[in-house]
Amino acid sequence: MIQALGHTTIEIVRDLGRVGWFLLYSLYMIVRRPPSLVHVLKQLRFIGTKSLFVIVLTAGFTGMVLGLQGYYTLSKFGSEGMLGTAVALSLIRELGPVLAALMVTGRAGSAITAEIGIMRITEQIDALETMALDPFKYLVTPKFIAAMITLPLLCAIFDVIGIYGGWLVGVKLLGVNPGAYFYEMEKAVVWRDVYSGFLKSFSFGVIIAWIGCYKGYYAGHGAEGVSKATTESVVLTSVIILVWDYFLTSVLL
Amino acid sequence: MITLRNVHKSFGSQKVLNGLDLDIPDGKITAIIGPSGEGKSVLLKHLIGLLQPDNGAVEVDGESIVGVRRSELNRIREKFGMLFQNVALFDSMTVFENVAFPLEEKTAFSKEEIRGKVLSALEDVGLKNIENKFPDELSGGMKKRVGLARAVVLNPRIILFDEPTTGLDPIIKRAIHQLIKDTHAKFGFTAVIVSHEIPEIFDVAQNVAMLFRGKILQSGTSDEIIHSTDPAIRQFISGSLDGPIQMV
Repeated sequence: MIQALGHTTIEIVRDLGRVGWFLLYSLYMIVRRPPSLVHVLKQLRFIGTKSLFVIVLTAGFTGMVLGLQGYYTLSKFGSEGMLGTAVALSLIRELGPVLAALMVTGRAGSAITAEIGIMRITEQIDALETMALDPFKYLVTPKFIAAMITLPLLCAIFDVIGIYGGWLVGVKLLGVNPGAYFYEMEKAVVWRDVYSGFLKSFSFGVIIAWIGCYKGYYAGHGAEGVSKATTESVVLTSVIILVWDYFLTSVLL
Repeated sequence: MITLRNVHKSFGSQKVLNGLDLDIPDGKITAIIGPSGEGKSVLLKHLIGLLQPDNGAVEVDGESIVGVRRSELNRIREKFGMLFQNVALFDSMTVFENVAFPLEEKTAFSKEEIRGKVLSALEDVGLKNIENKFPDELSGGMKKRVGLARAVVLNPRIILFDEPTTGLDPIIKRAIHQLIKDTHAKFGFTAVIVSHEIPEIFDVAQNVAMLFRGKILQSGTSDEIIHSTDPAIRQFISGSLDGPIQMV
């Protein structure tokens, strides 16, 4: 039993070292041997543009439900005029970055792992290595750069659509004063709220690319190995995003 | 010259290479034969540093490739081309892009020059008008030939072939063997072929090494191996069920 415990501990420490090294090496490679623009543009399209629909859809409904819940709560205190502030602050500081990141994790993070995992099990990564080419330059760093750029942009879109979702329900359906909705929002939201949201999004972008690429790069054998890696990638990325969000919020508050 | 000395490699509790010694001479075709699951592909991957030995030395032209820095390893890898068992073509690229890829990344040729080299490499392996197809639209034999074109396009000094004819019909098998012989005669590279195509491989290779129980049982010319008195080699060549090689 002691032997098994020791073995498991060594495995965990080794995996942690490997995952940490993977992040550091990826960031080093971005600076040391930047990927070609074509590869980055391809990933910008895949992670960013192709996520737009799902981001707009979820942002719209998140804003609408915030409008409903916010109105219900605020009306108890007769403060319906504060609805714009409540919706905007919840979205900009918290829900925008987190929900956008979780949606991108489900859509693009899983695909990143599957793509790299399949390349691993079909020896395409080995083929790159035998050509004396660093697989990170072609498969990993373009995804890091694309995720770091697109996540803050997607978050901004999420915020704007969400605020209009809240406006639709609050102002158009429930009769909140439109002037108050936007005026109170403008008064309450400060630049620090906006950039803290963007900072979160940027770091979530790093997490999505990091775990997505790592899990694919070290995928196990066969179709089962890739499917397991993909599931683990989505679960682990989501958990790390939520945990990291807590720590970042406590620092940024 | 590639030399392996006292190479050991295990995966978990399974010992695959157990103190293996082998010399691969320059400019010749060397075949590594042996029963399935004996670690022939593992041995081949040690030659190009895709796998590192647990113990022992692997040297290419007198330079060690064990435990060296990545940049150093990549410098030595420039000498190599490799055809994988499953070919490992990049499946999101067309045939043309696959063969052009090493040229685009490793040389300063213009687009026109690259186009000319790719088409000529494809023609050398008997393929025409397929450059815009994707790998999954090709038959097994065609994929192997595209893989071969990609492996030779940079004129490497050493080419590794991992079971280049497995799963192909006898005619294509013969065509691929002939192609390897012809391209070898044309370019004079050092070739290492992992194969269990008996007896055809004796006609292709000048040197043959038999891998059994993690070691090279015997290494020599094709004739020497064909006339070997070693019981395991005799059994392997004759395909007999009785002998030291046991079915698992």
